[in-house]
Amino acid sequence: MHNPQRSQKIAFFLLFLATLLIVIPVGLIVVIIIQKGLPAINWQFLSDIPRQGMRAGGIFPAIIGTLYLVIGAIIFALPIGLLAAIYLSEYAKDNIINRIIRLAIVNLSGVPSVVYGLFGLALFVVFLKFGASILSGSLTLGIMILPIIITTSREALESVPQSFREVSLSLGASKWQTIRHIVLPNAIPGILTGTILGLGRAAGETAPILFTVAAFYLPRLPKSIFDQAMALPYHLYVISTQVPNVDEKVRYGTALVLLFLVLFMNLIAIIIRYNFRKKKKW
Amino acid sequence: MRKFREFIIEKLILICGLASIFFVVLIFLFLTKEGLSVFKSVTPFNFLFGKSWYPISEPAQLGILPLIFGSLLVTLGAAIISIPIGVACAVYIAEIAPLKIKEALKAGIELLAAIPSVVLGFIGMVTLVPWIKSVFHLPTGLTALSGSIILAFMAMPTIVSIAEDALYSVPKSYKEGAFALGATHWQTIYRVLLPAASSGIVAAVMLGIGRVIGETMAVMMITGNAAVIPQSILVPVRTLTATIAAEMGEAVVGSEHYFALFAIGIVLFIMSFIINITADLFLHKRNR
Repeated sequence: MHNPQRSQKIAFFLLFLATLLIVIPVGLIVVIIIQKGLPAINWQFLSDIPRQGMRAGGIFPAIIGTLYLVIGAIIFALPIGLLAAIYLSEYAKDNIINRIIRLAIVNLSGVPSVVYGLFGLALFVVFLKFGASILSGSLTLGIMILPIIITTSREALESVPQSFREVSLSLGASKWQTIRHIVLPNAIPGILTGTILGLGRAAGETAPILFTVAAFYLPRLPKSIFDQAMALPYHLYVISTQVPNVDEKVRYGTALVLLFLVLFMNLIAIIIRYNFRKKKKW
Repeated sequence: MRKFREFIIEKLILICGLASIFFVVLIFLFLTKEGLSVFKSVTPFNFLFGKSWYPISEPAQLGILPLIFGSLLVTLGAAIISIPIGVACAVYIAEIAPLKIKEALKAGIELLAAIPSVVLGFIGMVTLVPWIKSVFHLPTGLTALSGSIILAFMAMPTIVSIAEDALYSVPKSYKEGAFALGATHWQTIYRVLLPAASSGIVAAVMLGIGRVIGETMAVMMITGNAAVIPQSILVPVRTLTATIAAEMGEAVVGSEHYFALFAIGIVLFIMSFIINITADLFLHKRNR
């Protein structure tokens, strides 16, 4: 009755089954979106403004809006995140402040995205009077991706061997010179990976931009950072739930463009990380 | 001169190091600044336990109990689905899969984590919702169950990757000891590795659930948005997050409704705060 070999076989089979239960749906999702979205993709779809109440035409303003938002978020988040990572890996001692910072980062990464939206609305849109604008949206997204950038950059900096720093310091370089010329250059691939992952996250999020920037329908390009803008994820939400009778092709096409954008960034990050690991000299 | 420049740079680094504390405090301050005003018109007790949410009727009824139940029901469903599958997948990746398949599976999990929630919501709308409607013969497929299934897929990447890390960091000697005593691989896994990694797995589950409670777009698109206390998992519900996302666009800045939505934000913030701190404690315990 009790046969360890057989129960192992059964258990491993069940574990394998559970893995399939995750992998197969993910594969299906990607395949369905590509299969049904690809026929919608043509030059007009990518370069034209939405027409006929977003039922025809293209999604160009949404693509551009998302690019602006993502670039804005990274301009804000990268310098702060990188310097914070340098602080944590090079300066911070293992004390109470360091522990609080760590908890704060954990918390920032756990705050629901819609709460970031509320915060952006209260601080940037209402209190600082930026209005619903690319500026407000970018800053909100920037704060949201800060923990990703800090965590990955910190890991990259800490993985640079201690001996590199010691050699540089023993040659008379100051602490900052060591960081600037020795530690940072060796950590760049890791920092880049984190930045791109942050970009991908910012490009796909909808809730934080709902009340801070996103325009329901704005068939022109934003002229300044104080303009509202359309954005891909919000556009997909709008044409799937708010506008009746949108051709399925248009919805799948929009989903495909968004998915491609996000997965493409993740792919680049994975490739950079992979090459870096292979080339690592230590 | 260079010394001065370095002094400035190092101060800047210190300031940025403290930035995350600053932002957490700032978020909390601005949520409370707007949200606490709602308690001028409704007591905290009636807000949390009031059974009706009619924010724009006259007088407005601002009880978020139906929304809390909506969130809990969807989260519970997602947890029941995602925890066993997620932990099992983590065990498979950490212990059983051959090296090449392991790398591919990890990439697949990362892929799942990267899919934007609005895309998952859209896919849920066009595939899962009609399916649920026809299988259970319901008037609508926009139900708590549909939300739970899609959300389970959003929790799994978190659960799998953190649980896998926890399993991976169990010292090799534990495993060798069990093998030496004649245990099979599976006996080693469930008698030695899983208990040894348990606090990390608990943290993984908590963070996965935290992700589910905070998830907004997918939930808003597929749970049907009915703000009533749900009697079963096959009826439409409305979650805390979806309420904010769906109603903030119409709420007038400075109105009772606007304040109430911020108060919901405070509730969500505190929930995620508790979940993350506790999960971090569990992760920290493992490291010691």
